[in-house]
Amino acid sequence: MTAPPTTRPTPVLAAVDVTKHFAVRAGVGSRAVVRAVEGATLDLHRGRVVALVGESGSGKTTLARLLAGFYAPTSGEIALEGAPVRQRRGRVERGYHKDVQLIFQDPFGSLNPLHRVRHNLERPLRLHHGVRDRAELDRRVGELLERVALTPADQFADKFPHELSGGQRQRVVIARALAVEPKVLLGDEPISMLDVSIRLEMLNLLDRLRTEDGLALLYITHDIASARYLCDDVVVMYAGEMIEGGPKEQVIADPLHPYTRLLVESSPDPARGARDREALFDAGADDLGEPPSLIDPPPGCRFHPRCPFAKDVCRTQAPPRTDVGEGRWTRCWLHATDPTATSQETE
Amino acid sequence: MTPPAPHDDLLRVTGLTVDYVTDGDPVRACADVTFTLRRGEILGVAGESGSGKSTLVTALSRLQRPPAVTTAGSIEFRPRGGDAVDLVTASPRTLRSLRWTSVSIVLQSAMDALNPVMRLGAQFADALRTHDRTLSRQAAWDRAAELLTTVGISGDRVRSYPHELSGGMRQRAGIALALACGPDLVVMDEPTTAVDVVMQRMILAQVLCLRRELGFAVVFVTHDLSLLLELADRIAVMYAGRVVELGTAQELYEAPRHPYTRGLRDSFPPLRAPLRRLTGIPGSPPDLRRPPSGCPFHPRCAERFAGCDTHLPDLGPAGGDGHLVACRLYDAAPGRDRTVTLEGSAR
Repeated sequence: MTAPPTTRPTPVLAAVDVTKHFAVRAGVGSRAVVRAVEGATLDLHRGRVVALVGESGSGKTTLARLLAGFYAPTSGEIALEGAPVRQRRGRVERGYHKDVQLIFQDPFGSLNPLHRVRHNLERPLRLHHGVRDRAELDRRVGELLERVALTPADQFADKFPHELSGGQRQRVVIARALAVEPKVLLGDEPISMLDVSIRLEMLNLLDRLRTEDGLALLYITHDIASARYLCDDVVVMYAGEMIEGGPKEQVIADPLHPYTRLLVESSPDPARGARDREALFDAGADDLGEPPSLIDPPPGCRFHPRCPFAKDVCRTQAPPRTDVGEGRWTRCWLHATDPTATSQETE
Repeated sequence: MTPPAPHDDLLRVTGLTVDYVTDGDPVRACADVTFTLRRGEILGVAGESGSGKSTLVTALSRLQRPPAVTTAGSIEFRPRGGDAVDLVTASPRTLRSLRWTSVSIVLQSAMDALNPVMRLGAQFADALRTHDRTLSRQAAWDRAAELLTTVGISGDRVRSYPHELSGGMRQRAGIALALACGPDLVVMDEPTTAVDVVMQRMILAQVLCLRRELGFAVVFVTHDLSLLLELADRIAVMYAGRVVELGTAQELYEAPRHPYTRGLRDSFPPLRAPLRRLTGIPGSPPDLRRPPSGCPFHPRCAERFAGCDTHLPDLGPAGGDGHLVACRLYDAAPGRDRTVTLEGSAR
C-alpha cells in the first residue's frame, strides 16, 4: 500500500516551523502559557499519506487545527501550494477550506442532527461551489454517497444522522469533506471511535481517495499499527514537538528516538513472541513516567526525564533536528553531535 | 504468564440471559452466556459495541439497573474458604458481604470514580475500614500507601486529592483500590481504553505482576482483541449478546474457528509482519432490537450456507484444549453432541 516515491515538488500543504501557544488562566489573577505545538515542520504531498503519531496531549490535534486554519499560529507559517496562508482576526478565508478539509474524530458530534444526510452534504456544494440547481444537487449528493460506498444512495440521502451507525456516519462526514473537492484531507483520529470490524473499511476508503483522487492526506492517530497500514511516512510527536520522522517501515522497525521506541514497544502486537512479551511486561511494571506539563515543559529535550539514555546535554539544550539519510530525521542528542562533548574534546 | 491451577473453578456462569425490558419487545443483550473462570485466571471478553460485553459485566457484579433484568441462568461463585453462592439470586446482604472482599470492579471511568473532595488515603481507608472494623485509622492509611506503591504510585501520594494526579495515575489508583481487600475476582471493564498506549502497557504489566503475587482472577472486558491476545489466558468472543468462541489466547490467535473471530483478528493490521490488504468485516453489527434469525452473524458471514439463517448454533467443542465455538461449520467436529459442555477444560 505504498505510493511510488515522488520527486519532491512543492508540497500541497506545508507547516514551516509552526508554533502555537495558548494563554490560560492558572488560578486567580495569574496567567500561564500552554506550549501546545513548538516548531512543527510538515510537508503534505499529493497522493501521499503522512501519519502523525503521538499520545494525547502531544499536540497532534492542535497541529491539525492549525493546518485546517481554525487557529492562527503564534509563529511560523502555513503554506498552501507554496503560498503563505493569511489569517485575518484568527480566521482564514473561506476559499482556504475549499482546499483543506478536516475530518473529526467523533462522527456522532460532527453532523447536524436536525438535518437529513442530503442537507448535510448539500451545504458544502452550495457554499463552496455555488450549486443551486436541484437536479444537479441530487446528482452530486448521489455521487458522493456512492464514492463512500453508502448505497443505495437515494435511500441514505433521506436518513437522519441518528438512523445511521457510527461507520456510516463517519462515511457521511468523509463524503461531506469530499463535497468541496479538497486537495488536502486532514483526518483527526477518524477511526478511533468506530467499531473494530469496520475500521478497515474506513482505512481502505481513505487509501482509495489517495490513490484514485490523488488527495494529500494527514492521518492523525495513536495507533501505530493502523498508521503503518495506511501511510507512507510517519511523524512522531511528543509534548508538542516533532521528534522523529521518515518512511514508515524504517521508523517503526528501527526507531531512532527512545520515545518512538517506547511507543512502538507499548503497542499491542499479538505476533510478539512469548519471551519478548514476558520481558516487556516485566520491564513495563516499572514506572515509565508520563508526558510533561506543557505549561512548564522540562528544559532541554522534553523527553529527558523519562529517557533511559539521558545525558547532561539533554537536560539543558534542546536537540537539533538531525537528518540521518533516506528521508529519516530525529531530534535526539544520541544522533546529533553533542556540543558540550566537542568543546571538551577540543580543550 | 503463570498458568492457573487446573480444575479449580472460581466462577461458573451458566445460561446467563439478560433482557432490557422496554415498552415493546424485550431486547436480549446477553443470551445464554456460559463459561467457567478458574482461580487466578485472566479471562478476556472481546466484543464490539452492542455485543453485550458491558451488560455481562453489570450482570456478573449485580450492578445492573432496570430496565436490565437477568431473566435466566446462574452465576456460581466460590470464594476462597467460603461456600458457593449464586450471584443471580443472592440477597443484598450476601452481596454486601462479598463485594470488594471477594469481588471488585474496575471501570473504564475508574479515574473519575474517585471522590474529588477526599484525599486518596481517606477513600482507601473508607473501603478498608468498612470491611475490617478492627483496622485503626492509622493502619488503614499505611495500608493505603502500600497499595499505591504496588501500582507504581509513590506512597506519599495518599495525601493527594484526585485532581492532583494524572488520568493514568488515577486509573492505577482505581486498580489499587479494587485490590484493597484481597478479592478473588476483579472484573475489569475497558480499564485502559481512556489512557495512552504507554500507560496501558504499564497498567497491564502491573495487573499481571500483582496477579502473580496475589492470585486473583480477572474478567477483562474490552473491544481490543489485539490487547487480549497478549494479556489473557483464555478469551471469550461475544457477538450480538452471545459467546461465539471461547479458547486459549494462543489458539484464538493462531487458529480462530468462528468466521467472526477470524474477521476480528484480521481487522488489526500487524505491527511488524508484512502488510497485506485487509478487508475487515463487511456490514455492521446487528441491531439487537431486531436480531437476525438463526446465527446472528450470518448476514455478514462469507462462509454461510443453507440453514445458517434459521438454525441457531450451539456453543460446542471444536477440537483441541477445550476450544468452544458456536458455528455450524463445526457441527461435525469430534466430541460434539447437542448438549452444551460446561467444563470446556481438557487440560
